[in-house]
Amino acid sequence: MIPPGYFFILSVALFVLGIIAFFLKRDLITQFMAIEIMLNAANLAFLALARSSNFVDAQVIVFFIITVAAAEAAIGLAIVLLIFRKKKTIKTETLNSMKG
Amino acid sequence: MTDVFWLIPFAPVLSSLVLVVFGSKLSKKWVSLQACGAVLLSFVFALVAFLGSLRISPEEFPIVKTLFPWIGAGSFQAGFSFQFDPLSAVMVLVVTGVGFLIHLYSVGYMAHDKGYTRYFAYLNLFTFAMLILVLASNMVLMFVGWEGVGLCSYLLIGFWFEKPSAAAAGKKAFIVNRIGDMGFILGLLFILVAVGSSEFSAINKAIGQGIFPQALATLIAILLFVGATGKSAQIPLYVWLPDAMEGPTPVSALIHAATMVTAGVYMVARLNLLFTFSGTAADIVALVGALTAVFAATMALTQNDIKRVLAYSTISQLGYMFIGCGVGAYAAGIFHLYTHAFFKSLLFLSAGSVIHALSGQQDMRKMGGLRKHLPRTFPPFLIGAIAISGIPFLSGFFSKDAILTEAFAQGKYFIWALGLTGAVMTAFYMFRLIFLTFYGQERIEHEAKHHLHESPKSMTVPLAILAVFSVIAGYAGLPAVLGEKADLFKRFLDPVIKPGAEGHIGAGTEWLLMLVSVAVAAVGIFAAYVFYLQKPGIPHTLVARFPWLYKLLYNKYFVDEIYGAVIVNPLVKGSDWVYGHFDLKVIDGALNGSASATGFFGKVLSFVQTGFVKDYALAFLLGAVIFLGVLLF
Amino acid sequence: MAILLFFLFAALAVGSVLGMIISRNQAYSALFLVLAFASLGGLFGLLGAPFMAVVQIIIYAGAIMVLFIFVIMMIHLGDGISPEKKKWTIAAAVFMGIILLAELVFAVKGAPAVPMAGQEMAGTSPTEIGRLLFTKYLYPFEITSVLIIAALVGAVVLVKKREGE
Repeated sequence: MIPPGYFFILSVALFVLGIIAFFLKRDLITQFMAIEIMLNAANLAFLALARSSNFVDAQVIVFFIITVAAAEAAIGLAIVLLIFRKKKTIKTETLNSMKG
Repeated sequence: MTDVFWLIPFAPVLSSLVLVVFGSKLSKKWVSLQACGAVLLSFVFALVAFLGSLRISPEEFPIVKTLFPWIGAGSFQAGFSFQFDPLSAVMVLVVTGVGFLIHLYSVGYMAHDKGYTRYFAYLNLFTFAMLILVLASNMVLMFVGWEGVGLCSYLLIGFWFEKPSAAAAGKKAFIVNRIGDMGFILGLLFILVAVGSSEFSAINKAIGQGIFPQALATLIAILLFVGATGKSAQIPLYVWLPDAMEGPTPVSALIHAATMVTAGVYMVARLNLLFTFSGTAADIVALVGALTAVFAATMALTQNDIKRVLAYSTISQLGYMFIGCGVGAYAAGIFHLYTHAFFKSLLFLSAGSVIHALSGQQDMRKMGGLRKHLPRTFPPFLIGAIAISGIPFLSGFFSKDAILTEAFAQGKYFIWALGLTGAVMTAFYMFRLIFLTFYGQERIEHEAKHHLHESPKSMTVPLAILAVFSVIAGYAGLPAVLGEKADLFKRFLDPVIKPGAEGHIGAGTEWLLMLVSVAVAAVGIFAAYVFYLQKPGIPHTLVARFPWLYKLLYNKYFVDEIYGAVIVNPLVKGSDWVYGHFDLKVIDGALNGSASATGFFGKVLSFVQTGFVKDYALAFLLGAVIFLGVLLF
Repeated sequence: MAILLFFLFAALAVGSVLGMIISRNQAYSALFLVLAFASLGGLFGLLGAPFMAVVQIIIYAGAIMVLFIFVIMMIHLGDGISPEKKKWTIAAAVFMGIILLAELVFAVKGAPAVPMAGQEMAGTSPTEIGRLLFTKYLYPFEITSVLIIAALVGAVVLVKKREGE
């Protein structure tokens, strides 16, 4: 019997780790990976919910989240490639053309 | 039959709208047809309603028809409703009948003007506003018409707006009217407070029930009369009317002789119960009227512009109407309104014909001997002059006489004397005008003489019609000495005019008074004859002897200058000062200040947008933390 | 027994995420992430969602991470970029993170306790999920498929080299 609280706490921890990862990293790709971590943490929480409240719909939601995350990853990486082509770098410290 | 009365105003306003919207695409011929036709239609409706009203017994008046509820704000209600009774009948017949003739005349007079369509649009609009004024069953709707005629007056006086003097005259008319309107509005407000409604029937009922203290009635009546002095050009607000002659002559005939200026008289007659109830107000009305009558007549004696003489004459005659109302002879006052409409518009239109014939010349010093050249203009003009001078058998005699007789009968001898003085001067200046224009040496300028021609039929036919009416209109109200039943006009108005204390004088006195009026008129005419035909040197001698008197009269007692210095200039200077110090600095300053402040804050806040994704993400995080915190705790 | 598995997978997940954060080399980070996903898949399985677990492995660990690794290879940065060194940013991020953690933990404290996977209850079969997908969530399903096509086309269009570039 694993109390669902454990899963929730784990999910929260992973989420916060993802956030910290986002701020600690300086290049786009790894920051993107941090976002993926956050998404997965959310997935975990959903599934724990599905189990604890006997609510199967939550699994369907997770299904959709994974799908959309995949699509997002595809486009996001395409954009990263484009940025690299343009600026020859993916260090986020140098990317500030949206200033002002 | 009478029920058609509510349709009377609508043809003119529809015509006006069509002219405003589509005017540029319509042919001149169509415009004339439409504009004149609309007024003719109104006249037909008016006639039908009038004939129907003859069969209705007096107790049923006034017949009220509410078109729609209009204003309903708590206890302040005012319906868009018309009322019809003998007084309305007289007024609508005058407005539409004389109005129609003037529209017809304008077809010829304004034929070469490039603002032809605009002119008729304004003229129709004016007719509509005036009809609203006289048909309204409550004072609020009447005020709508009141302001409407003021607006149209401004538009039409300043019709040739490229001319600075015309534009200024239009402005002056409107502004002076507005000052009078202050009195009207205040009076209206007091009525609303005292009676609770502005319906005429309600007001009359309230007076009958004695709801008002007499002092309040006097106050209201005086305030309303101030409004009337503005609209009807009495002392002290008459100054706009002479300047209003800048407008086209038919406009002067319609607005400043027959209709708009009579609105004040109509209002007083409509509220006759109020004025009778407050004796003091009626006395003030009579006194102001009498003083104005004489004052204006003195100024008419010296004017050289043919239209100005007629303008001052109008002011003077309006004074007579107010005398009539003031002494309680409201029927006589309205009677004079009605006859005056005919002969004054006749005089103006005839003057227009003369001006047209002389290619625009208005100075009488450059006229003379036109009798031979204008055979269709001269007779009507002469008839008009005779009528206004109060010669027996023409309409002016009957109406003026009725007023003066009643004044005497009431024991108001001072007013009667002033009226008589005015009558002498009226006869004098009118025939001075006739003699200078049509008789004597020809002093016409060469160019004008070259183009001298009689006016077209569209102009002379209305003149003839008006001349006929100037003669016969008076027979509707014959003096009492010829039999009690002879005064048809007065009896017709009985349901509306509740008689005050009527003076009684014997038949002999009445005949005597009539004789005196005639004698006085004859003296005036004779004097004019002597001064201008027999011994033309007399005016010059007099001027040499009393130069200061002449200067005073010729310059209209310098009233305009006094007003200018005391009232107008300080106001203008004051406004300029306020503009400079307040409008520019404070209001504009605040506006520009807020704009620059916004810009400043924008610059400051733009520091937040660094362009780095991480910073934005930090902001997200911060927001999320705070939000969750608030949510949870 | 299940608890042990739980702690195993949990430790693996947290460990690999930490590894991902610390490592300088992007490729290493990516591999650590794969490990993290795999352990999450295990956790999903523990939660009685076998279908989800498999989907996770196939799509996330399999497809998405492969995509990441491809891109990392294309942007060959050699030694990689080290994580943030400035002290105060690290401190700020960690600080906020901790606060967030506290809040969230507080939030999820009140979750009810219910039987978990393994012994008493069977997991959710694909049949059930399939049924839901095709009835109640039909709209989102169809729209998501359109979304995927759009992403596909979009990615191709974005990265395609123009003529003469």
